[in-house]
Amino acid sequence: MDVGFSVRSEAVGAMRTALNSAENLQLTLKTGLSQEEKALTHAERSPEETRKAGNEDLKEMLESNKESLKLEAMKRVVGLIAKGKNASELFPAVVKNVASKNIELKKLVYVYLVRYAEEQQDLALLSISTFQRALKEPNQFIRASALRVLSSIRVSIIVPIMMLAIKEASADMSPYVRKTAAHAIQKLYSLDPDQKEQLIEVIEKLLKDKSTLVAGSVVVAFDEVCPDRIDLIHKNYRKLCNLLVDVEEWGQVVIISMLTRYARTQFTSPWKEGAMFDEDNEKAFYESEEEKKDQTEATPYTMDPDHRLLLRNTKPLLQSRNTAVVMSVAQLYWHLAPKHEVNIVTKSLVRLLRSHREVQYIVLQNIATMSIQRKGMFEPFMKSFYVRSTDATHIKTLKLEILTNLANEANISTILREFQTYVKSQDKAFAAATIQAIGRCATDISEVTDTCLSGLVLLLSNRDETVVAESVVVIKKLLQTQPTQHSDIIKHMAKLFDNISVSMARASILWLMGEYCERVPKIAPDVLRKMAKTFTAEEDIVKLQTVNLAAKLYLTNSKQTKLLTQYILNLGKYDQSYDIRDRTRFVRQLIVPNEKSGALNKYARRILLAPKPAPMLESAFKDRDRFQLGTLSHSINSKATGYQELSDWPAVAPDQSVRNVEVVEPAQESAPLVGKTKKPKSSDAKFYSDDEEEKEEEASESGGSEGSSSSSSEESSSESEEQSSDESDETSSDSGKSSSGSEKSSSESEPEQKKKTKTKKAPQKKSKAAAAASSDSDENGNGPVTRDSSSSAQSSFGSETDSEDDSDSDAPPPPPAQQKKKKSDVKAKLKVEEKSKMEVSLLDLNDFSPAPANAPKPAVISPSLLSDLEGLSLSNVSSTVQVTAPSFGPVKTHELLHHMTGKGLSAKYHFPRQPCLYQPSMVAVQVILANSSDHSLEKIHIGDRSPAGLNIHCFNTIERLEPEASVTVSMGIDFSDSTQAANFQLCTKEDQFSVSIQPVVGELLMPSTMSEQDFSKEQGKLLGMNETSATVAMATANTSSQAVSKQVLSVANVGVVSSGPNDLHRFAGRTVSSGALVLVSLELKESSALLTINTEKSVMASMLLRDLKQALALA
Amino acid sequence: MIHSLFLINHSGDIFLEKHWKSVISHSVCDYFFEAKEKAVDPEDVPPVLQTPHHYLITVHRGKLFFLSVVQTEVPPLFVIEFLHRVADTFQDYFGECSESVIKDNVVTVYELLEEMLDNGFPLATESNVLKELIRPPTILRSVVNTLTGSSNVGDTLPTGQLSTIPWRRADVKYTNNEAYFDVIEEIDAILDKSGTTVFAEIQALCFSSHNPRLLDDVSFHPCVRFKRWESERTLSFIPPDGNFTLMNYHVSSQNPVAIPVYVKQSISFFESGPCGRLDITIGPKQTMGKTVEALMVKIHMPKAVLSANLTATQGNYTYDLPNKVLVWDIGKLNPQKLPNLKGILSLQAGAPKPEDNPSLNIDLRIQQVAISGLKVSRLEMFGEKYKPFKGVKYVTKAGKFQVRT
Repeated sequence: MDVGFSVRSEAVGAMRTALNSAENLQLTLKTGLSQEEKALTHAERSPEETRKAGNEDLKEMLESNKESLKLEAMKRVVGLIAKGKNASELFPAVVKNVASKNIELKKLVYVYLVRYAEEQQDLALLSISTFQRALKEPNQFIRASALRVLSSIRVSIIVPIMMLAIKEASADMSPYVRKTAAHAIQKLYSLDPDQKEQLIEVIEKLLKDKSTLVAGSVVVAFDEVCPDRIDLIHKNYRKLCNLLVDVEEWGQVVIISMLTRYARTQFTSPWKEGAMFDEDNEKAFYESEEEKKDQTEATPYTMDPDHRLLLRNTKPLLQSRNTAVVMSVAQLYWHLAPKHEVNIVTKSLVRLLRSHREVQYIVLQNIATMSIQRKGMFEPFMKSFYVRSTDATHIKTLKLEILTNLANEANISTILREFQTYVKSQDKAFAAATIQAIGRCATDISEVTDTCLSGLVLLLSNRDETVVAESVVVIKKLLQTQPTQHSDIIKHMAKLFDNISVSMARASILWLMGEYCERVPKIAPDVLRKMAKTFTAEEDIVKLQTVNLAAKLYLTNSKQTKLLTQYILNLGKYDQSYDIRDRTRFVRQLIVPNEKSGALNKYARRILLAPKPAPMLESAFKDRDRFQLGTLSHSINSKATGYQELSDWPAVAPDQSVRNVEVVEPAQESAPLVGKTKKPKSSDAKFYSDDEEEKEEEASESGGSEGSSSSSSEESSSESEEQSSDESDETSSDSGKSSSGSEKSSSESEPEQKKKTKTKKAPQKKSKAAAAASSDSDENGNGPVTRDSSSSAQSSFGSETDSEDDSDSDAPPPPPAQQKKKKSDVKAKLKVEEKSKMEVSLLDLNDFSPAPANAPKPAVISPSLLSDLEGLSLSNVSSTVQVTAPSFGPVKTHELLHHMTGKGLSAKYHFPRQPCLYQPSMVAVQVILANSSDHSLEKIHIGDRSPAGLNIHCFNTIERLEPEASVTVSMGIDFSDSTQAANFQLCTKEDQFSVSIQPVVGELLMPSTMSEQDFSKEQGKLLGMNETSATVAMATANTSSQAVSKQVLSVANVGVVSSGPNDLHRFAGRTVSSGALVLVSLELKESSALLTINTEKSVMASMLLRDLKQALALA
Repeated sequence: MIHSLFLINHSGDIFLEKHWKSVISHSVCDYFFEAKEKAVDPEDVPPVLQTPHHYLITVHRGKLFFLSVVQTEVPPLFVIEFLHRVADTFQDYFGECSESVIKDNVVTVYELLEEMLDNGFPLATESNVLKELIRPPTILRSVVNTLTGSSNVGDTLPTGQLSTIPWRRADVKYTNNEAYFDVIEEIDAILDKSGTTVFAEIQALCFSSHNPRLLDDVSFHPCVRFKRWESERTLSFIPPDGNFTLMNYHVSSQNPVAIPVYVKQSISFFESGPCGRLDITIGPKQTMGKTVEALMVKIHMPKAVLSANLTATQGNYTYDLPNKVLVWDIGKLNPQKLPNLKGILSLQAGAPKPEDNPSLNIDLRIQQVAISGLKVSRLEMFGEKYKPFKGVKYVTKAGKFQVRT
């Protein structure tokens, strides 16, 4: 007692301190205190002496000062929990350790807390402040686990705290914490459904999340909290479709089934009316088509692109190793795909049959349902459903079901042969099921009815009773369908009757005798006679049929059976079962004429011997298709709690535009935002700022009519051409050309300008207009996307281009001069930006892929940023070592794809020598795609690539390239400072062409500027191993500094280092990927020159040396 | 989603329970026990059971039942797949998935279960990620831990958890880099009495490249770039650490499949007298010039068979009376001297003659050959400066290979 007391007071003391620390809880715990004490004392006095003794030492260990003892104790406590034993009285001792430094101990305490918090609510509150503190930890893992535990503590008083924590976590930097927040939503909802509205807000926010980690979890929360709010999905639909492949496998399952439901509410049916599941009924197809036309729509069915997107993006997941994912895709295709496309899921489903028994069970169930409606899907795989003797019974039965469903005239003989083996199975239940199946085949396929029947009759002499009984039952059903010619069989069965003891079979034979007693006039009375003897010993079901037989015989052959019938009716009258007594009484009144018998007597014969419709032998899976496939409800064939009905297709598709997101969607990636005027109001601007004005502007801009948008795209392409020519070649001869170009463009854009001002007044049409614009350019195809991807510079820069635009479109054409002037005004950096902005006109800023999300900002500033950062490590030279704007040499164009091999599509590429916009480590590549065929090419995009880790930023899919048209697109490729070719596939809608870009070593560099001193200093650091040199024979005409520079620059993308003496030329650059310095110096000595390259990349050095040598010697 | 998990052994003891939401009494398992009573074999228990308030989804692995309780609609395969993943994880951590091992490591098991699910939804199932969170127990580590007080539990978020390639940790470094590929093909076949092939197909694990037209259907580890496979029929992937199944493929029954052995058998039970005769001979058929090894025949005898008095010219046979399984372990197949098993089966007196002859399940192994003729033509590694050791091994095994008699 003494010990107990001291322990208690110690515990209470500890609690008090804990309480103090919990004061920032902002919860009034004052009232709680006494309760706690009560709870505590209660726990102390818990019953069961033995356990108490055991737990006392645990308590001591938990309260010791030694970590290892505590840990040991906690491990034992968790062991108790795992076994399902009650360890709740340790709560106060355990909860003290919640703030332990030892991570394992802490986690075990969490386990304990979550398990018992609900029972010990007041004590659990003590731990809350620890979690609140942990929610602010810099370590994302700690934050996440704190939220996990906090939200798992089912104590309603902390609901506001949980709500707050969830809200904060949903905006956390770490996607892992946001994922945890999504899970916490469901926990809070189940704890307090009143929070629904607030939680929906959080769900809405998290649905917008672009992390693949969050997507699955938030959809689970959505399913649980507000599955009916499909309006929340609209805007995220395309994103979810596109993310799907990268989401973790469990998330894929829930997203796919949610999208299945969504699609059924949003799209129109891809199935032809009236031909719901009629795969091979071509006629119905056409008929219904006509019917449809007659009815309302004259237009044939076209699939919503979003519908197609879903089907396309889920298809690869059929190859998943996760069986649940495969199944969910299969059900999606089943419920959403046009009939002829569903077949692709077959192979994958059959593959799953190799998996565990439980997987087989579910998959077979689903195949059973599918195979009823569409035999053709699984018929080629019939043999995969053959039964092995080692299969579990329920697997065997399901396989049998499927085989029966698949049976048709062509394969029935194979199937029946297989069934013959099964009938002999040692598993008698299965043998019986096989007999049922044979019966079904016999009714379904009239050609084999007789064969089956005779086969079944043979089985009547089987040694096994269940087999015989089942055969009788099936034969009875079969005979009913065609009784006329089978009196032999009935006779045979009558003979067997004595040997059959299974009551169902006996009853069946009796019924058959009665029904067809006129066909076996001699045998039937004899059977009745035998039955009269054994009547009292029979089962109820047999007795009932005996009474029936007696009545029927009495009506047809009263002479022979009158007495027998009387006798049986008397026996029945005193039977124990009231059913039989009732039946007997009824039959007697019906058939035996007496003074009391009413009008029915006359009709007795017609009542008892009425022709009866034959029973249908049907599959047990006949009506399973009312449930969505792959669901629990389908599996148990009844509606499970929380099952969401799959709605029917709407007759008219709801508004499609609800799914449009203002940001360019990947679904329409191809659809570039039109017109260069949009430059400043990029998608990023939208993304990062909620500036209404900007949106409106954009909307109004894109709101131009088709004509204007096409003209503007033309204009901008000419514009960019002009600019690049401007920049790459500074000779004045070009200015004429460019000015004429801009003249043209400006004249064209004048009407557009007017329209613009008009549409500006209608900002409410924003979204519609945006959609229109994007579809416009869909058709255009080659309208470049002019989007500014630099968010940092966007505002200042935006106004710049704005004014440029204005001058372009309003004023008569002064461009070349003016532009040049402007260019010289802005800093070099800005120039780079502007140029790159023009260059990437066609790039795709995927709104969700990770690269673009961070790309815009760092991409543009990166060159300098990179060098800045590196500069730090390079000590004091930092400021001077900068990557400069590119120096210009003649652009060499290389062939990527010849139009002969490309079936009309040709592609050329060159290195524009600009810092790549997408990632600083990428080399920018421009590809000019041209269509020299006579038809337009669709969906030009980049397919697979190699080597494996190749990092490519692809261009947008070009929806359509008209004949004779060409388009320039930009790509970024990370060559990792190696000249290994980047292989990828250029795909059109129909074809795929493997192409490769082989970079020259010089293109893997970026120019950098530095002073002569810096150059020497850096060169000094790169001696010995890092130095490569060679003597080059020079052509004398080539010795001028300009000529030398030109030659060097033509080979390598390096910067010229201004230098004093005329015979020493220095060039500096950095490798694009790793940023290693590459220093080139050329010392002229009359007809030869000493070429030295200093860099730590020795392989590059030797290659560069070779190239330079060649170039200098040639010239 | 998944509400609770109960681990149950064959004798029906619940030896571990874990709840991810509120606690559910283990009395819910009574419905399962009821179904188990009805089933002849543990394999026959239906995987999905409905009770008045819950749904029970069970998988049977290594003499254990993993019984999960769900309360609302959830794709059953989702739960089944997850439960198998749990069993796989145990196997991965402790070398086997058995009751004793789970009981010995109950704390680790509990920690694992805690990490694998959050509120019933899978959180971390990739073994790579889990191993960073909770280190697998080794003797050395447990000694070190007791001495230093360090723990088995990681306190940082595993790198894999955030990446889209969770199967690989960042910056893995090994002292020796090796890549081995085992191509394991399994022949699934049903032969009928006369030895004709009723059904045969090849199932395979792991790796392949080229000759892909043959392959009927494949499934991949998520690391495989599917697009590339579709266009070039090349497998390109970033490998996970350790052992993993790269791909599964399937050569369907529509292609002819070489059956490596033939079986001549006659099993008959006499009408008179309580005995039967058994005579089995196995010979090589299409073995691609390789030796058939580890040959074994397993026969599930009818219930009435009491004992077997047989002589084997090669190998040993055993008859497991309680389970009525006759196993004949032959070993290497010698084409010159075919193994034969012959003798008398004695039946229970008075029992009726078994209607059906038992079917033979055959197990075998052929080294260095993939029976489908598939070959790994090239193995290239990119992005690494060193030359890792590469090796490919082929094995053909019998999968579900059954001879009907």
